[in-house]
Amino acid sequence: MPQSDCTPLLEVENLKVHFPVKEGVFARAKRFCKAVDDVSFSIKPGETLGLVGESGCGKSTLGKAICRLLQPTAGSIRFEGESIESLSKSQMRPFRRDLQIIFQDPAESLNARHTVGQILEEPFIIHKIGDAQERIRRVRALLDKVGLPQSSLEKYPFEFSGGQRQRIGIARAIALEPKLIVCDEPVSALDVSVQSQILNLLMDLQRDMGISYLFIAHDLSVVRVISDRVGVMYLGKFVELADGDELFANPMHEYTKALISAIPVPDPTVRKDRVVLRGDVPSPIDPPPGCAFARRSPIEVSEDVASQPGEYIEVSPGHWVEVHPATVANHERFLVRS
Amino acid sequence: MASNMDQGNPLLSVRDLVTAFDTDAGRVVAVDGVSFDVPAGKTLGIVGESGCGKSVTAMSIMRLLPQPAGNILSGQILYKGEDLATVSEERLRKIRGGEIGMIFQEPMTALNPVHRIGPQLMEAISLHEKLSSKELLQRAVDLLRLVGIPAPEVRVSEYPHQLSGGMRQRVVVAIALACNPSLVIADEPTTALDVTVQAQILELIKSMQDRLGMSVIMITHDLGVIAETCDEVVVMYAGRVAEKGPVRSIFENPQHLYTKGLLNSIPRVDSPRKEKLNTIEGTVPGLADMPVGARFAPRSPHPQIEEYLKSEAFRSEKPGLVQVGEGHWVEDCPYVRVS
Repeated sequence: MPQSDCTPLLEVENLKVHFPVKEGVFARAKRFCKAVDDVSFSIKPGETLGLVGESGCGKSTLGKAICRLLQPTAGSIRFEGESIESLSKSQMRPFRRDLQIIFQDPAESLNARHTVGQILEEPFIIHKIGDAQERIRRVRALLDKVGLPQSSLEKYPFEFSGGQRQRIGIARAIALEPKLIVCDEPVSALDVSVQSQILNLLMDLQRDMGISYLFIAHDLSVVRVISDRVGVMYLGKFVELADGDELFANPMHEYTKALISAIPVPDPTVRKDRVVLRGDVPSPIDPPPGCAFARRSPIEVSEDVASQPGEYIEVSPGHWVEVHPATVANHERFLVRS
Repeated sequence: MASNMDQGNPLLSVRDLVTAFDTDAGRVVAVDGVSFDVPAGKTLGIVGESGCGKSVTAMSIMRLLPQPAGNILSGQILYKGEDLATVSEERLRKIRGGEIGMIFQEPMTALNPVHRIGPQLMEAISLHEKLSSKELLQRAVDLLRLVGIPAPEVRVSEYPHQLSGGMRQRVVVAIALACNPSLVIADEPTTALDVTVQAQILELIKSMQDRLGMSVIMITHDLGVIAETCDEVVVMYAGRVAEKGPVRSIFENPQHLYTKGLLNSIPRVDSPRKEKLNTIEGTVPGLADMPVGARFAPRSPHPQIEEYLKSEAFRSEKPGLVQVGEGHWVEDCPYVRVS
């Protein structure tokens, strides 16, 4: 199906993933952990959307829900215009070819008892593609594509270094020529010199195959390099979303500013002014009422104001921010209604 | 910024340290002739990738190597003139946690989960100072306040799991500071933490250093952390020192191709997007098949590198260090040096 530039490949609307918190073995859940709470965004064909946030902000849960590895509680996920949020396992199968995921530690997602050849052949067997000879030809082509030697075929995952294992994970993900890959912290466990090799590989594959990425990471510098647009999550919600250049040059939300200013700069001559946040991230179980960030923001507001919710609005073309007295300086300028 | 490396007496001086592990596959040398000085009141960074020997160096200084496999084969660790490599176990116990404090990566494993915060702090203090239990408790509360834990009177009777990751790391810092150490060894103290919390902990270590005047050895893989916290830096590669010197000199004028490659390959917030990153080709050689010559050579982008890899020198000569600037030393092999 040909895609024009304006049709999104993936559209997520008002997505919620809530986990019940059980107080006892037989008790019914009275409270919910709101891991992903009312999130909307889209990804265009060939685009990389970076997703950053600190541990527990819900970014990995969001990635898994999109791949339907977790059942969303509410909201919709449309892939090439078709709703997939409530499809059964067998109904999902045709979409699995187009929708793949890469994890942080490929050692855990690769079957330790299978050779690399077997691991990479499996997707073709499941989707009944080619005969044995054709499959092995495709597996060899995959190894070339991700920069692994042909001798890898007969080896087991444990015989490889972390960076090479991630190449195996990537080879498996691209085997069926998917349209979207959710990359969940794919380089976080790797050393810097290997990290840059994997990032380059992902960018090459995108250029050659037109794949879109949802790239989840906690490292803002990594996200900066690979993404077209960047979304910032805090406690289950998007607080800011914009073109990457725009977000790093002109961050508007106080949380985004704090994240960017916290990155240690590898240049001893640079002295930065840090935005220091008060306290810790609150629990997603019973989060504080109103604006979840207000009580930590450097812009101090009264409890009355903090308990009012913020508004997620498009402040300039393509730049979305959660606007609240505590999250954006001079917030009034955005709230003028006609 | 003048180098302190050869001025006055360093607080700690590591000389030609060699540390090895005895494994089923034979003896593996993890640290192969490492030397550096930690000036009093300053921060020395040790940076390198996994397996470069930076943590083994730290464990050797404290003689906390896993027994019986890990052993210091040769070299000296001179702390205020005393050689920690050979002092008695009894004397060492006085130094550990007393004059030298330690901060580890994962605060949950550094703290005992079944004991409250207070007693863990009090134990650390009581090992080195004779105080009544009331005084000990008071000291514990004061320490928690010092490291910025809100409501320390309440927190002192809580368990580690009741604190957030950042708060737990503050407790670990408090324990390291319990006996006014002259030196704190921090091994990847912020690697498990989120960026905003990392910034808080680094700030805390720095302000404690300003107030208490101790020296710090900061071990990390993150060049950003090095640039922000250190005065001097040692770049390690495959168990050896590739380059060492004042932090500005190393970042502005790296002389080893490995240091240069590392600095060029890190993504930065101001890097242009979707543009290819520089990489260092290949991977670190396995500990069992380390070359005698310059260990970075198989990955070196030097134009005549093939010549060196075939030479007798690569097979049999271990390069030393050569001075290239004030306090700035680099591995003495032209094939891995910036020309």
